[in-house]
Order: sequence, then structure tokens, then C-alpha cells
Amino acid sequence: MSGDKDRRGFLKSLGRLAGLAAVAGLGAWARPKMSDFQSRWQLDPRKCVQCGRCATACVLKPSAVKCVHAHAICGYCDLCTGFFVSQPNSRNTGAENQQCPTGAIKRAFVEDPYFEYSVDPEKCIACARCVKGCTSFGNGSLFLQVMHDRCQNCNQCAIARVCPAQAFSRISSKNPYRLKGAA
Amino acid sequence: MLGNGWGFWVSAGGRFPPPEFTGGYRMPGLNPAPPPAAWLAWLDVAMLALALAAMIFFAHRKSSRRGILGVAVFSVFYFGFYRHGCVCSVGALQNVALAAANANYDFPWTVAAFFVLPLAAALFWGRVFCAGVCPLGALQELVLWRPVKIPAWLERGLRLFAWAYLGLAVLLAATGTVFVICRYDPFVLFFRLHGSFSMLMAGLAVLALAAVVGRPYCRFLCPYGVLLRICAGLARWPLRLMDEEECAMTRICYQECPYGAILRPVPEKEGGLGFGHGRLALVFAVGLAAVLVGGWLGWRAAPELARWHATVALAERVALENAGKVKGTTLESRAFRQLGLPADELLSDALRVRRQFQFGAPLMGVFVGMCLAGAFWRSLRSPPARAVFSIDPSFCLVCARCLDACPVLKKRRIAAIGE
Repeated sequence: MSGDKDRRGFLKSLGRLAGLAAVAGLGAWARPKMSDFQSRWQLDPRKCVQCGRCATACVLKPSAVKCVHAHAICGYCDLCTGFFVSQPNSRNTGAENQQCPTGAIKRAFVEDPYFEYSVDPEKCIACARCVKGCTSFGNGSLFLQVMHDRCQNCNQCAIARVCPAQAFSRISSKNPYRLKGAA
Repeated sequence: MLGNGWGFWVSAGGRFPPPEFTGGYRMPGLNPAPPPAAWLAWLDVAMLALALAAMIFFAHRKSSRRGILGVAVFSVFYFGFYRHGCVCSVGALQNVALAAANANYDFPWTVAAFFVLPLAAALFWGRVFCAGVCPLGALQELVLWRPVKIPAWLERGLRLFAWAYLGLAVLLAATGTVFVICRYDPFVLFFRLHGSFSMLMAGLAVLALAAVVGRPYCRFLCPYGVLLRICAGLARWPLRLMDEEECAMTRICYQECPYGAILRPVPEKEGGLGFGHGRLALVFAVGLAAVLVGGWLGWRAAPELARWHATVALAERVALENAGKVKGTTLESRAFRQLGLPADELLSDALRVRRQFQFGAPLMGVFVGMCLAGAFWRSLRSPPARAVFSIDPSFCLVCARCLDACPVLKKRRIAAIGE
């Protein structure tokens, strides 16, 4: 009986050694793949079709996706299609004439005939209405990005799973944004 | 689509040159916030290691239920509510599978550490990770109210689901389809306080079940638990009850264990192992059949499974629409056409994924078949003789209820305090 136990104990130690070797082997194999950087979720604005799911699918409320504005490629239009709805009641900045349902886009006069538009991330819900207006008829300077100060970096991003354009992917935290108009 | 209201002014092409300002206007830059510092991810790893060490101390050194529950509460709050359940060791196995299959994936060190640390701990001390370091396990441990005993045959059968789930999760992760463990994690929505209605119902159902059936997810479904079972089976210092001469045979440990991890005594059989040629041939035949059937089923199911991958689903949809076999469009197919991506690229991508499934799904089937064959072999094999009640380290979730309840050990602890 004790001989039987010794044998089992010996086999177990062998198995344990094999287990440790497997772990070490896994490490050695994965070493070149491993990265000092985290993988972060990001969307490619060139693939975005402004479906609006970023606003609803994120595990955060409001979404970790926000609209950002690349001023470098903005036309500074008076009649901004990202700011105004397509058939406004009248040409003023009343809430009913704005694309943004939360009033997150600020419009400020710069000089004739230019207006500066900026997005307040606190108010933005990533509905992408402004992005749609700007991309369809303007320069596409308004676009969506996952904001990494908010994103929980879920192992399976809930938006990526439902994005109809497959615009989301895991990218390195070394360079975690995909910006338009970057030099 | 936007209405026609803009027609009066977009006729110019809708693209406007950036203005040249004269009044000294300074253009705001675009500097979105960087991700959280890398050391925060290492803090999570440190917390994991610390919690594992605390669990080893409380379970192995102190046999303290209170200490174990304390660590469980900590895990539910730190890994659960504070870190929102990501990243966890259970999900990390998918990252490992993805890193194995996809050379372009940056496999973070911290995720590798989350995968390896609990397995390494299990090789020495058993499933201390499950005891309450895992937030999913900890939550179920905390809601267990009136455990009912499950018949041994049912327990053994249900445990097999975890193997199948592991195979499926690895297949779907390696092909880059979806991290299915995360997708169908029944508890993570409690930590995030957000999720779909169906997952909320599933989560509540599993939690309600966990009140009477000890840790259903851990025992019957957890894919990472399968790896932990293997490692814990080889543990150097697993949780033990006592030697033959000391056990008072009260059966209390057996009745206390809510996880079916206490092995009852087995009388010594006459004639040793008794595994005749006939039985051996039967096991071999059944094993071969299970492997073949599993592989065949996997091969047949591959196209269906591949449809989980968004690229395959899209390519099929676009092909059907182009052939006029379906009416209307989907958001996905509209997006594809709107972006004007090359159709042959989509097709070749989809075919590549399909080939991966055609290779991986039969492998998965063979794997599940082997598990079933192994289970069949175990059910026929007469277990080694045991004189007393003992813990099966593969399935022990290190809750220490047995150690806590055993009158012999209690007496020993009182004696130790007396000295």
C-alpha cells in the first residue's frame, strides 16, 4: 500500500514538474509576443458609419466614446453641417436647430466669416449625429474616438462586438488614438 | 441620410479648405487623454498575488473561514466593483489563445501574469484562486445559503460542460471571433451595474441557483477551472484532512462540502485493480468512437460556428444580397457598401476565417471527445482504496468548511490554543 502511495507521489511530482515546465515554456514561447504596453480598444474613424451604437452599447453610461474635433482640417464654416440640423426652423443657434442632442458642441465666432466649434466631452454621448453631418457634407473634422481616460478596457469591448463596420480593434497603448488631421 | 435642406450650399462638393486667419487666432490642438499609467495594471497583478498569498495563509495555515470570506469580500470589491471585472484570469485564457494564433496581437505582460499566477499557485496549494480571489467565485461563495447535495453521477456529468466550454472559448478567441467567456460572463454586469436585460436575467438566475447549489458556474462551466483542476490535481501541498488513524469517521466533512469535493472511503477490492482485457477494449473502442464522432461533428459545425465571426457573416450576407436571394439590407451590409471596401478582400478574409474554423472546430470536437472518453474510463475504473474521508484537490474550491467543521481538527485547534 505504501509502495503504491510512493508511486503515486512520484508520478504527481513528475506531473507537477511538467506543469511548471509547461508554464515556463509558455512564458518562453510568448516572450517575443509580450508587450510592455497594454492593448487598448480604438475605432478607426475612416471606417465609422455613424450608426449611433457607440452611444448605447458601451458598458459605461455615458459612453467612453466621445466626439473629438480635429481643428486642423475644419473649414470653420458659418453653416456647419455638424452643428446645425439639415432643415432648421430658422438660422439661429437655438437648441432645436442643433444636431447635438445635449448641446455639447460650442460655437464661437473667430473672425468673419469663421466660427470655431469645440466639443465638451462631459456632455457628449457619442450619438455621432454631428459626425454624420460633418462627414457627409463637411470636411469630416468631427469624429469619434474611444477616450482612454474613461474606457474600462473590457477584455471584450461591448461596442466592438456590435459595430456594423468592424471599425474597432485592439491597438497598443503606445499610440492608442487614431486621429484625423494629425500631422 | 440627411434631408435635402443642405442642397443649396453643398453643391460646391461639400469640402472646404481650411481658412487662413488674419486676426492671430490660435488653433486648439488635439491631445486626447492618455490611457491610465502602466503601473496601475501592475498594481492589479500585485493585488492578485497579495490576495493569493492571503488565501494560502488563511486556508492552509489558519483554516479560517472568516479570513477566506474576508479575502472574498476584498476581491468582490477590488477586482469586481472597482476594476469592473476586467481583466480576470478566467478571461485571460482567451488572450493567451489569441496571442498564440495572431502574431499581431500585443499580449500584455500583466494579462500573462493574471493567467499564470493562479495556475502556478494551484500547482502547490490547490485552487486557492477559486477560494475567493476570483471575483466570480467570491460572489457565488458569498451568496451560498442552503447548499443541496447533487448526486455524484450528475456532478461528474455536469463537470464535463466546462471542458466543452473551454474548447469553444479557445476556438472563438484564437480565430478572433469573440471573447465568449467575457460575452457570457453572468456576473460581470453586477460589477459594472450595466448590461443587457437577457444577461441580467441569466446573472440573477445563476446567482439564485448559487444560493442552493454551491458555485454552479465554477463547478460546471468555468473554462479556466478546467486548467486549475489539472494543476490542483498535481498540487504539492493540497488542503488535507487527516491520516487514517485520526479520522473519527463522523462524515461531517462530507456533509459540509457544498462542492462535491470530499471523497468517501472506498473499501479495498479483492484482486487489485481488476481491469480486464474486455473492459480495456471497450474503453478503447468507446474512446476512439467519441474522438471520431467529435471530430466529425466539429467539421460539420465549422461553417455554422464561423458565422459567429463578423467578417464571415458579412461576406455571406453581401453574397446573398448580390445574388438577390434576400430582400433588403442590414446595417452591416449597408456599412460595407457605404465604405466602398473591395469585395474580393472581404471574400478572401472570410474564406481565411472559414479555413481557420474548418481546422480548429474538428480539433475542438476531438478534444471534447477525448474528455468524454476520459470520463467514461474513469467511471469504469475502480477507484483506489481509501480508508477515510479525503479531499479531492482537483475539485476542492478551498472554502475550508470541512476543516472548520471537523470535530477532530477542532479539538486539535483548541489544544493548540491551550498550549
